[in-house]
Amino acid sequence: MTVFMVRRLMQSVVVLLLMSVIVFLGVFAIGNPVDILISPDADQIERERAIRALGLDRPIWEQYFVFLVNAARGDLGRSFVFNEPALRLIFERMPATLELAGTAVVISLVVGIPLGLYAGLKPQAATSKGIMAGSIVGFSLPTFWQGLMFIMVFAVMLGWLPSTGRGQVGTFLGLKSSLFTRDGLAHVILPAVNLALGNTALIIRLTRAGVRETLLQDYIKFARAKGLSNRRVVGVHVFRNILIPLVTVIGLEIGGLIAFAVVTESIFAWPGMGKLIIDSINQLDRPVIVAYLMMIVLLFIAINLIVDILYSVIDPRVRLQDVKG
Amino acid sequence: MSAPIAADLPAKVETPFRRLASEFVEDPLAVIGAVVLAIILLVAIFAPLISPQNPYDLSKLDILESRLPPGAKSMDGMTFWLGTDGQGRDMLSGIFYGLRTSLAVGVFSGICAMAVGMAAGLVAAYLGGRTETLIMRLVDLQLSFPTILIALILLAVLGQGVGKIILALVIVQWAYYARTIRGTALVERRREYVEAAVCLGLSQPRIIFNHILPNCMPPMIVIGTVQVASAIALEATLSFLGIGLPITEPSLGLLIANGFEYLLSGRYWISFFPGIALLVTIVSINLVGDQLRDVLNPRLKR
Repeated sequence: MTVFMVRRLMQSVVVLLLMSVIVFLGVFAIGNPVDILISPDADQIERERAIRALGLDRPIWEQYFVFLVNAARGDLGRSFVFNEPALRLIFERMPATLELAGTAVVISLVVGIPLGLYAGLKPQAATSKGIMAGSIVGFSLPTFWQGLMFIMVFAVMLGWLPSTGRGQVGTFLGLKSSLFTRDGLAHVILPAVNLALGNTALIIRLTRAGVRETLLQDYIKFARAKGLSNRRVVGVHVFRNILIPLVTVIGLEIGGLIAFAVVTESIFAWPGMGKLIIDSINQLDRPVIVAYLMMIVLLFIAINLIVDILYSVIDPRVRLQDVKG
Repeated sequence: MSAPIAADLPAKVETPFRRLASEFVEDPLAVIGAVVLAIILLVAIFAPLISPQNPYDLSKLDILESRLPPGAKSMDGMTFWLGTDGQGRDMLSGIFYGLRTSLAVGVFSGICAMAVGMAAGLVAAYLGGRTETLIMRLVDLQLSFPTILIALILLAVLGQGVGKIILALVIVQWAYYARTIRGTALVERRREYVEAAVCLGLSQPRIIFNHILPNCMPPMIVIGTVQVASAIALEATLSFLGIGLPITEPSLGLLIANGFEYLLSGRYWISFFPGIALLVTIVSINLVGDQLRDVLNPRLKR
């Protein structure tokens, strides 16, 4: 187990370095770094001085090294627009995004697993066919358009829920979240459901496929032959075995949700990281773009690592295999 | 299985294509999907001929006719069946032209991604060793990040434009093809016909592209349909966010984005109808793809 984790950790470091090279080369070398780091309002003399101060006259590998050292110290430059350290901006916006993505994960699990179990256990029932047809639509609906339609129906036509912004933020057990106030909850419903829909469809399909495959296994037949109750067979024997693919997908989908939050946040004016990156791209606020990209890559590597470890905890077979370094 | 319909015609032997076609039509939903898809393709191809108005000829637009509801009449007697947008453009024509752009970008990037992915996957499977490890590591790395994130990174770095969004879509999608074809090719490689080709002294490229590749096509076609649908959706999303196609080449995503500002005042049609067009396109491609997967997958044969 330790060997597995050390190997996996080393892999993560390699991936992170690789991504830092891509981001560095992409934003710093393809685009003119002078435009990136120096405000466009600066005059010629200021530019010259800044180029020397920033070391842009030095060779590229040296610049990369400096970038890496600064990044390791948490210094990824200052935003042109907000005139604040880029990294701090990201951290300020992160809780809102995590709150949205977390709510969406919970919604998709609470809705998706029961529906998938039902569709898998009774594949011929009309309800199951309805669920599966619904999941195809859920898959095909583009998130952004579905969000607009939510706003149209629930905010404009019915007037039930607010359509923009994050509600009041409450504090509970030292945690700050808009989930602790009524107003906050009202604001989170539409964006969270919007974000969760595609994922719910995915979880329904995965659960159903898992259940149908598991039901054919010998150990299920044996469990039934032993006279175990249907509840125990489904709840323990089937459920535990469909958990393995589910954990992997859920782990990866949390990352996917954080990435797709870009769309949801733009539509519902949710003040998270995703809205920040779109605004930054439109305003060419490049230090923030770089900081966002590095943070999201780090986040993803962390998620992938956790998923891999969880996977080996749930499924002992994974641990026995030789993991290639 | 149904009995051969044209048994009295000796010319109609059961070719693989006919067998697939007859299995494909067994699912009514898939047939509906295929028919709708065919209509959409025709509309996209003949958009300039069937559109009531050229939506990008500014001299034909009248700002006084902007934001008219569906069914309203224009001053020269034309009916705006789906209403008009903020610049007095007929939505129906706008959607026809938008479909054209969306499909063109989706299909073209799908074909390019398939070519790149297949080449990489085949080379990996055939050469093995270091090359394979390198290519497959790259594939794994890329597939561990969501598509929208990679597209976002690329467009943030590259900037906007038709060529750039196609490039971004290709980079996002090639890995799916590469991984699948490598799996299939690894199996095919060990078949006798490849051994025979090697014994005949055929060149490596010829074995890879003339012998192994055709036998790897079925899964590629399935992935291709699904990927084109997701490319169209991704392009629409990026255009909606304002980092996709430029305004001069409006796709469905941009049409929907244009309607966003009018949505809160209840003028739903500017966003609603292009969205329906997008949805119908994606659903019909997915329905066709689903059935193709069942038909082409030998493991599911009952």
